[in-house]
Amino acid sequence: MLMGVLLAAHVVLLFVHPAGATSPTIDPNAVNIGIVFDVGGRGDKSFNDAAYLGAERAEKELGVHVRFIEPGDGSDREAGLRILAAEGMKLVVGIGFIFTDDLNQLAREYPNTDFAGVDYSVATDSAGNPIPPPPNLAALKFREEEGSFLVGALAAMVGHSKKLGFIGGMNSPLIQKFQAGYAAGVHYVCPDCQVIAQYAGVTPDAFRNPGVGKELALAQYQQGVNVIFHASGSTGLGVFEAARQTDRLAIGVDADQYSEAPGHVLTSMVKGVDAAVFDAIKRVKDGTFKGGIYTFGLAQNGVRYVYDEHNRNLIPDSVHARLEQIRADIIAGKIKVPSTLGAAP
Amino acid sequence: MIFLALVAQTVRISMPYLFASAGGVLSERSGLIGLGLEGYMLAGAFTAALGSYYGQNPWVGVIAGVGGGMALALLYALCSIRYKADQVVVGVAINLLAVGATRFFLRLVFRSSSNSPRVPGFSVVETGTGFLALAHNPLIWMGALSIPAVAWLLYRTPFGLRVRAVGEHPGAALSVGVPVPKVQWIAVALSGALAGLGGAYLALDQHQFSDQMTAGRGFIALAAVIFGRWDPVRVGFACLLFAAAETMEIRLQGTSQIPGQFVQMIPYLLTIVALAGVVGRAVPPAALGKSGD
Repeated sequence: MLMGVLLAAHVVLLFVHPAGATSPTIDPNAVNIGIVFDVGGRGDKSFNDAAYLGAERAEKELGVHVRFIEPGDGSDREAGLRILAAEGMKLVVGIGFIFTDDLNQLAREYPNTDFAGVDYSVATDSAGNPIPPPPNLAALKFREEEGSFLVGALAAMVGHSKKLGFIGGMNSPLIQKFQAGYAAGVHYVCPDCQVIAQYAGVTPDAFRNPGVGKELALAQYQQGVNVIFHASGSTGLGVFEAARQTDRLAIGVDADQYSEAPGHVLTSMVKGVDAAVFDAIKRVKDGTFKGGIYTFGLAQNGVRYVYDEHNRNLIPDSVHARLEQIRADIIAGKIKVPSTLGAAP
Repeated sequence: MIFLALVAQTVRISMPYLFASAGGVLSERSGLIGLGLEGYMLAGAFTAALGSYYGQNPWVGVIAGVGGGMALALLYALCSIRYKADQVVVGVAINLLAVGATRFFLRLVFRSSSNSPRVPGFSVVETGTGFLALAHNPLIWMGALSIPAVAWLLYRTPFGLRVRAVGEHPGAALSVGVPVPKVQWIAVALSGALAGLGGAYLALDQHQFSDQMTAGRGFIALAAVIFGRWDPVRVGFACLLFAAAETMEIRLQGTSQIPGQFVQMIPYLLTIVALAGVVGRAVPPAALGKSGD
């Protein structure tokens, strides 16, 4: 009896679409776009949500049809991209650097489909020269170091301390880019300041360990740090918690994280994932899509710092004016921002 | 001042380990592998956040955390005691289930895949060494007491004697009238409750649940159980040792020559050393992991 019920339930469930694949697959009258989210999917208040915003805007303004897939863990990512490519999407987007290898593979298998990868990490050959992605693959990259430079300069100007903090998630070149820019920004306005830079770990777990984030932050605050910039995913939630507990300041990353600890978030270094995704979709729709490496820096508003009614009282007008000057200088090329730790002064 | 701060930090970091490994000792001494500790803890962290959110009171969260950890432990007991499934396989499945289920309910209840809203906790604003905040958190006291409590239960009560008998030789225990499965069910349920408290500590300390926030602490607790040779007191010291190593890593990171990777290896390295019998022999309960009769 029980077995029969289970079997029946199983058969019924076979006809139910898996979660995340609820939108109709293809709209024959529109340009079809497929997006595969990073782990976490929608509601991560960061990357995936920003990508969704961009796609939503494209649906409204450009009339394209977007289908989303939220993979579970690991290997589902490649399967998600493959499903979308096989269904005949014009453009398939992968959100997150973790898609890099899968995108390379699929772009070769489906030469007539366009692909885009947010935070795609460009490989280098043995001589250190970048290997260009396949011709139908656009790498959407951000100059995180430029935004980090600005928040570093801001932290040094309002920190009232010679020590500034940085907490990274997984110790990796991508996160070191944030650190390099931040430290350079600190030293630009305060050459004798010291940046205490720490990482939560060396595995992807380090991006979701708020317990360690809080302990790292508490230790830094105890050493006299007043402002900490985190680039550590949900590990950073612990940094905000420590900021609340010790009544100090922290700087958010990727999205505006003001709401995580109102009054304790000095600013956030925001990445314009939405704008990049919208831009890629628009190119496909206009027929001007080309593979290659696209970088979004301060000049393209691809990275920026938050300055609004929530944090205006934490940032004096003179500081804001100086920050805007630095921003203009970076865009004009008068300030060179390092993107690796080795190049940092 | 700095020394006190280091001690306070070590105590905070050790809390989830103490709770979970206290539970692990109970479970393993009754013959059931504590592989699901990570899962119990994660489930407990989620239900604690849920309880504290809806009850607007951290104590509701504590009770809910106990319930969440216990619920998953009972599922483990059902599979491995009642249906005699392979404990390792079930344990792995429990951990995977916890990740998936908490993520599912996180999205269902709070419409987010990353974290819950802020919930009430026990923490107070404090800028000193951190001892004030420690003293104000009842979960710290409970965590400190969890190991002595389990030691007392195992060595000073009839139930503890039965647990040990069942873990060493269930056949002999059965022959003198000990209800073996019942003792195991209770031991596993208690281990889930304790690990759930560890999860509640994590969630309430952060004032929220975030996806996979236990980040392997259950496995470190299990390593502490083995390194402590299944003896509660030694296990307690193992937890403190692992926590102290983490504290040192946090304080010395970037300034010392010891790479962080090495410090993160320490718990596992010591466990292997203990298992290999380099420092005294680690003898597990004789019937550990043997589901069949």
